[in-house]
Amino acid sequence: MLYAPIVIIAIFSFTESKVLGNWTGFSTELYESLFSGGVNNSLIDAIKNTFIIAFVAASVSTLLGTVAAIGINDLRYRKRKVVNFVNNIPILNPDIITGISLFLLFITLGVTQGYATVILAHITFCTPYVVLSVMPRLTQMNPNIYEAALDLGATPMQAMRRVIIPEIRPGMISGFILAFTLSIDDFAVTIFTNGTDGLETLSTYIYADARKGGLTPELRALSTIILVVVLVLLIVVNYRSHRQAKRAEEMQQQLSNKKLSRR
Amino acid sequence: MRNLVKFFSRRRSWSLPYVLFMAVFIVVPLVLIMLYAFQSKDGGFSLENFERFVNQPEAANTFIYSIGIALITTIICLVLGYPAAYILSRLKPSTATLVVMLFILPMWINVLVRTLATVALFDFLSLPLGEGALIFGMVYNFLPFMIYPIYNVLQKMDHSLIEAAEDLGATPRQVFTRVVFPLSMPGIVSGIMMVFMPTISTFAIAELLTMNNIKLFGTTIQENINNGMWHYGAALSLIMLIIIGITSLFTDSSEEGANEGGLL
Repeated sequence: MLYAPIVIIAIFSFTESKVLGNWTGFSTELYESLFSGGVNNSLIDAIKNTFIIAFVAASVSTLLGTVAAIGINDLRYRKRKVVNFVNNIPILNPDIITGISLFLLFITLGVTQGYATVILAHITFCTPYVVLSVMPRLTQMNPNIYEAALDLGATPMQAMRRVIIPEIRPGMISGFILAFTLSIDDFAVTIFTNGTDGLETLSTYIYADARKGGLTPELRALSTIILVVVLVLLIVVNYRSHRQAKRAEEMQQQLSNKKLSRR
Repeated sequence: MRNLVKFFSRRRSWSLPYVLFMAVFIVVPLVLIMLYAFQSKDGGFSLENFERFVNQPEAANTFIYSIGIALITTIICLVLGYPAAYILSRLKPSTATLVVMLFILPMWINVLVRTLATVALFDFLSLPLGEGALIFGMVYNFLPFMIYPIYNVLQKMDHSLIEAAEDLGATPRQVFTRVVFPLSMPGIVSGIMMVFMPTISTFAIAELLTMNNIKLFGTTIQENINNGMWHYGAALSLIMLIIIGITSLFTDSSEEGANEGGLL
């Protein structure tokens, strides 16, 4: 049931019909025109903008969030609590409120809205997620390891690079992925901060398109491609972690076998 | 310069850039919403925006209607999501991971595209668009947010507790009502939050699913902001913020550390 609408998109991406839900025979026309530039430039621009914004916002968020998490983790209890509370605000706030509040900020400061404001807005709502995904790694880490590195003569910078960063890397990676997908999918914040110069991302483009009545048919092809890519990625990730778990298990078994045979 | 190096070699100080960033981009904007809400067009302090909200039946009705829709959506999500999460938590871990992924996968498609697909589905089955479609679309979009936290809690639950209850002579029904359900409460609460809060604030979804016939509160706010009525829009946003604040107060006391947002 959850998949019915998606399956419909996928099926109808193989027909030329202008309207979704109208089967006019099998064709790969939509895919061809998506790749050969048969669609209007504004869709291509929107796709480009979406990915540029997502990439920049996710990168900056990961950097800012990781540095912040390391700092926050070292704060005293009281301050840490306050910072964590503020950090949670964009997560708990509905997008529309975040969008409007930033919109008001930008008009109050008199900033022209465009690329920069959208990216800043995306950083604002992505960074808290990065902080949240890095933080558990830091709190679980044995603080003595860092102290040991310092005692053994590492400078704080070296200890950071050699000890802390490797430990929190998985959190940083999942934070980045989360930020990237959040940014790609965002609509409400973007629409309030993209200004009047016609900067469109994929979601605002779709919105404008849908309001006009129809959906550019090529979007069906695009959605299907995104879905398949995500599906493959998830399967690969799943398979890899599965295999790693298995390998770890085997290693453990071998180890215990060795122990037994030594007896 | 040396002082600066010394300052930043303390890890504590590393939080400073983000604290400044948060001050500018999180705290100040929220304060601005409040300032704008209590300002009349010429800039003086006034309550006229709120008076207008109370006196204008249209906006107030939309507001109440939106809360109603959000409540219905949340209840349907809970009724559908709890059994699903329960069944999921009983599966083998590898199967469960797969099914959870299948649930999350649709969320990678843009919300608006999914919503339009729902519109197409209704067209396809020649069902009318309107309130029914609206609720269906909302449930469809937000159901995973209900299932995931409940599943998380159920999965982490200590199974020896269930066995203990059984050993002590509880019937399966009693085991559920007395042990499983109360223990899954944190998941339910965070699921309700994660469904109720976004449903009350959606705007684009409603427009598309009802051919612009039904207006939700989010749409009203957006229209006002778009038409340059920032002060009134800010006042409406503040009202929404208050509702959300109240909801999270309700839930905060019973929920400690149930993780939000971790959908990956």
